[in-house]
Amino acid sequence: MKILVPVKRVIDAYVKIRVKLDETGVETQNVKMSMNPFCEIAVEEAIRLKEAGKADEVVAVSAGPDACQETLRTALAIGADKAIHIQTDADLQPLAIAKLLKGVAESENPDLIILGKQAIDGDNNQTGQMLSALLGWPQGTFISSLDIEDDSIVITREIDGGLQTLRLNRPAVLTTDLRLNEPRYPSLPNMMKAKKKPIDTTTPETLGVDVSPRFETLKVSEPPAREAGVKVDSVDALIDKLKNEAKVI
Amino acid sequence: MPIFNAPTDDIKFVLHEILKCETLSALPGYEDASADLIDQIIDEGSKLCQEELFPLNQSGDEEGCHFDNGTVTTPKGFQQAYDLFTEGGWVGLSCDPEYGGMGLPQLVNFVMQEIISAANMSFGMYPGLSQGAYDAIHLHGSDEQKALYLPKIIEGKWSGTMNLTEPHCGTDLGLIRTKADPAPDEDGAYLITGSKIYISAGEHDLTENIVHLVLARLPDAPEGVKGISLFVVPKFLPKEDNGDWTIGERNGVSCGSIEKKMGIKASATCVMNYENAKGWLVGAPHKGLRAMFTMMNAARLGVGMQGLGMGEIAYQNAVAFAKDRLQMRALDGTKYPDKPADPIIVHPDVRKMLMTGKAFTEGARALSYWVGMQLDISEKHPDPAKREEAEELVALLTPIIKAYQTDMGSDVANMAVQVHGGHGFIWEYGVEQYVRDARIAQIYEGTNGIQALDLVGRKMSKKYGRLLRRFFHPLAAYIEKTQSDEALQEFVFPLAKAFAKLQQATVMIATKGLKDPNEAGAASTDYLRMFALVAMGYMWLQMAEKAQENLAGDAGEKTEFYETKLQTARFFFQKMLPETDARFKTILAGADSVMSLKAEAF
Ligand SMILES: Cc1cc2nc3c(=O)[nH]c(=O)nc-3n(C[C@H](O)[C@H](O)[C@H](O)COP(=O)(O)OP(=O)(O)OC[C@H]3O[C@@H](n4cnc5c(N)ncnc54)[C@H](O)[C@@H]3O)c2cc1C
Repeated sequence: MKILVPVKRVIDAYVKIRVKLDETGVETQNVKMSMNPFCEIAVEEAIRLKEAGKADEVVAVSAGPDACQETLRTALAIGADKAIHIQTDADLQPLAIAKLLKGVAESENPDLIILGKQAIDGDNNQTGQMLSALLGWPQGTFISSLDIEDDSIVITREIDGGLQTLRLNRPAVLTTDLRLNEPRYPSLPNMMKAKKKPIDTTTPETLGVDVSPRFETLKVSEPPAREAGVKVDSVDALIDKLKNEAKVI
Repeated sequence: MPIFNAPTDDIKFVLHEILKCETLSALPGYEDASADLIDQIIDEGSKLCQEELFPLNQSGDEEGCHFDNGTVTTPKGFQQAYDLFTEGGWVGLSCDPEYGGMGLPQLVNFVMQEIISAANMSFGMYPGLSQGAYDAIHLHGSDEQKALYLPKIIEGKWSGTMNLTEPHCGTDLGLIRTKADPAPDEDGAYLITGSKIYISAGEHDLTENIVHLVLARLPDAPEGVKGISLFVVPKFLPKEDNGDWTIGERNGVSCGSIEKKMGIKASATCVMNYENAKGWLVGAPHKGLRAMFTMMNAARLGVGMQGLGMGEIAYQNAVAFAKDRLQMRALDGTKYPDKPADPIIVHPDVRKMLMTGKAFTEGARALSYWVGMQLDISEKHPDPAKREEAEELVALLTPIIKAYQTDMGSDVANMAVQVHGGHGFIWEYGVEQYVRDARIAQIYEGTNGIQALDLVGRKMSKKYGRLLRRFFHPLAAYIEKTQSDEALQEFVFPLAKAFAKLQQATVMIATKGLKDPNEAGAASTDYLRMFALVAMGYMWLQMAEKAQENLAGDAGEKTEFYETKLQTARFFFQKMLPETDARFKTILAGADSVMSLKAEAF
């Protein structure tokens, strides 16, 4: 079985996000970048399947500028066998990424594609679903467990009402939730081995994908500062405020 | 709650822009050490330290180690962190690939030592001592000893210790009493008997076995330092099992107690009792101290990295607090009218403390990484002349880095407490722990007083001053080269003056010291500090030059980084380097006022 794992380079989860002064986006210059935490979980899951003898090959793929190769190196250091870099400096929106991934999936022919459920930069939560639709493959999103059976897979999804268990046919597209696993730290020997693993490069043009944005960002601004709370002296006063001021009940 | 972010931008600036560390990959054995691999290792290592080691720093301080009838338990979470650390291969970062190490440059190990110490100095003691034991066996052990112990140490399954100190001797190891008698029925083994104190990681629950390296005397040993031998004494005797080694019988070594102490409380400091414990000679008989000294540079530089790491963590927390704490208005007028008061970072006195922390950590980072790189050259360069040159430079600068960086690490930790005001004195804020933890680094691996004696007594006169020339000549040439550059003159001129005074002090100490050794002794710590400041100046000048060069072109998004470098350089040359003048004066004043009082008069 072959697994394709798309990974995204995002602002490190520990960095405090600052909006650019001109409100065109968030500050990314001189800011520490890392692999999206949900993508780390996806890589980890793929490697665990490989270690358990259930997968033979794990291929990591990332779309974006040259610096994405660092993120791919991390995936290789965690244990991916090879990596594909789709080189582009364009501003990529979920649909464009899904189309690029479809192109890679068609040439790589994976049995499974595991993505993070969302990337912590845009928090869109769309790429996996779009990819599944474009490929016409079944999708299992927000998974918290995964079992491989002969030609199907059994997953548990975290949904609003609780947990849902589904059986999917292969090939399929899966997206990871936080509780699927705890990603490992790449070990030194694996970082050194990763150096010798190949990173292939391709481009949107080669894949025949038009990545131009479909949405225009008008403005990015800080959420309004939270105002101080007030103490109410009775339940009635609280209900009154919820009804008439907050208008939530 | 204290914070910690490994200063990776600054680390990479030094590694790549100042030192061009990727040139190390031209040395045989370091072919893999490319710039991108080194960066990845530092990024991943930082992540491990920030996410796993740092959160255990305060809890480890609060809980400390536990002793129960010979057994020592480390604080909660240490076992798991240790397993992550060893499974990641971090113990063997710079160890010989023949025994399972990664074979990466010592320089990278130095960087990691800084980050580990900043995140959790106590934790770092355990793999740090293993490193010492590894070095001792790797350099002096027999092939059998290497094949037996090194893979286990590198894997982290067995840890190491260094047993020098005894109740009546720490500095003066010639007084060692622990004895080693040939074992009656076993070929080559000795029975070790004696008591050692203050042994870091002497007993703990992190590993299945502990490999003690012990200094002891053979029956026919000459008196004093010439009669000391080095032995390897495992806690459990190794047993061969299908070509691998496991642990067998318990050896006659036990932990009598652990110390209650000022800092590094999560590092077990043990009394170790040896009663006919089986040990094997490492290296030649009576050459134990010499063996220890050959690995001393790496160990002392490692302690210097602890000083730097403590300075860094203390500085970071002081800055965070100073930006946050609102108190009084700026002297030159309100800076934040919408707030009830200005953040204390506006106050000159607070700033001076923060700038001192910044100029120290950044300068010392460049200085110690440079020496770390020289250590690699001294070990790996194909040209023996180049190896010797690098080795001499390392030997000269080792006591300076050990003493200066640990003294300053302590000072900066104290300043961080001061910046915090009353909060600094309160445990919860985290910074008072840095004062307590940093303190030991000035004492162990040879007290800083002994480092100063090493500098004036041994390094200065060695090979008729050749070690000094290894530093003086390149510095003189660099000053010569840069002094005509107008933009650099504000840095070069003060450095040239301080350097001239350092050379004067050197001649003075050498001549006076020949007649009266107390003259050299009384001047030694002042001289070491002068030397350190000049060496820091050498680094700051290089950093300022690089920053100016980059700013002259288009530095793009890094413009602010280089401008900050220049400003910090300015602070160093205007506010820190002048300490050389005062030190020079005290050296000039000689030993008399120090030595003339009779002991009874105290
Ligand atoms: C937490 C901790 C961990 C330690 N870990 C280890 C370990 O793992 N292994 C180990 O073997 N030891 C260890 N030590 C011991 C440590 O190395 C010694 O304490 C240190 O070397 C100083 O020796 P001492 O305590 O006997 O002091 P002393 O030698 O008695 O020195 C007392 C003072 O006299 C000064 N002095 C002594 N001689 C001279 C001289 N000739 N000229 C000028 N000044 C002099 C010293 O600088 C010092 O200020 C540890 C100690 C501590 C506290």
